[in-house]
Amino acid sequence: MNPKRKQRLMLVLLGTCGVAVTVLLVLFALGQNMNFFYSPSDIARGEAPFDRQIRAGGMVREGSVLRDPTSLRVSFVVTDFVEDVTVEYEGILPDLFREGDGVVAIGRLNGDGIVRASEVLARHDETYMPVEIADALERAGYDSSKYDY
Amino acid sequence: MWQALVRWFHRWTSPKIFYQISRPWIFWSSVAAIAILAVALTWGLVFAPVERLQGNSYRIIFIHVPSAFLSQAIYLAIAIMGLVGLVWRIKLAFYAAKQCIPIGASMALLALVTGAIWGKPTWGTWWVWDARLTSMLVLLFLYLGLWALHNAMERQETGDRAAAILALVGVVNLPIIKFSVVWWNTLHQPATLKLTQAPPMHISMLIPFLMAIVGFYLAALAWGLSRTRLEILQREPNARWVREELDQLGSAR
Repeated sequence: MNPKRKQRLMLVLLGTCGVAVTVLLVLFALGQNMNFFYSPSDIARGEAPFDRQIRAGGMVREGSVLRDPTSLRVSFVVTDFVEDVTVEYEGILPDLFREGDGVVAIGRLNGDGIVRASEVLARHDETYMPVEIADALERAGYDSSKYDY
Repeated sequence: MWQALVRWFHRWTSPKIFYQISRPWIFWSSVAAIAILAVALTWGLVFAPVERLQGNSYRIIFIHVPSAFLSQAIYLAIAIMGLVGLVWRIKLAFYAAKQCIPIGASMALLALVTGAIWGKPTWGTWWVWDARLTSMLVLLFLYLGLWALHNAMERQETGDRAAAILALVGVVNLPIIKFSVVWWNTLHQPATLKLTQAPPMHISMLIPFLMAIVGFYLAALAWGLSRTRLEILQREPNARWVREELDQLGSAR
């Protein structure tokens, strides 16, 4: 390669790498702020502020959903399988909200360690399975969430 | 072998030869794109089975993921062509890079819009400011910035270089988009298609899904090549073969 081109190539690549390293360092310096939600472990470690709007996310613990029969009040436990946090909410839950699946609750953390949510979002995972196959697996007694594709 | 590859590449970098040899490529990639997309989208949107949890709303994945993939692949291509243009001063690389911008921008917009439409029934919201969604929005803004730079400069050559530098600066956003769902927790789910393991998607959905991705790539290839041909005619109006070609195109009308 002729020296002029080589010099230009080096200049451009160094510039690009310099910018990339700067941006990535800034992102990692931001740390927790880049996360969309606090996990129950983050909350247990006291990283989430009290009485300010936060997002708490994780899995809805199986069997933890308690619905008030006379209103839209509901409470459930969000877990990351290490720590738990209880969420209380009044309103309509998204269609994909279900026990054992992902959820993000937006609300305030009070002194008792309970999140009073004003909004609940469902998370879904990256697996896609036809409903017939899920049903067939259930009938055969397999856990469809542990299906090996 | 290497010499042959270099010679092949050099043929493509001459605007005149590119103009001639890109023609069959456009034809065949369009034909293949139309055929593959017709099958993939009919299969995916109509015949693929209903998903266990998401029901029918998962079907938007057959458009959402191909357009999101392309918006990033096209950005990378623009940056590489910018690098080639800056270092080797190959004009055609700048022409092609410029004409890829609207394609990439429309793919980024399509990915964001289909993502919002998918988000409402599944997550319960059109939009959140998580790392994945925000970095995709930054990608769209980068495309708009590239287009603005091209149009802001009095001399087109200045615009080419300025846009190439911005494209290279913006490349850092691509790993951020890709790994946003790994490095941070997001509302967006992690990737289904990974290089290291089998995708957790049933085969009856996976085949039309992969076909749709291939079809989108082929369509973008045809679209990019034909836009680049027009850019050549526009940018080199004084070349004799361009004048002859324009005369011929005019008289054919």
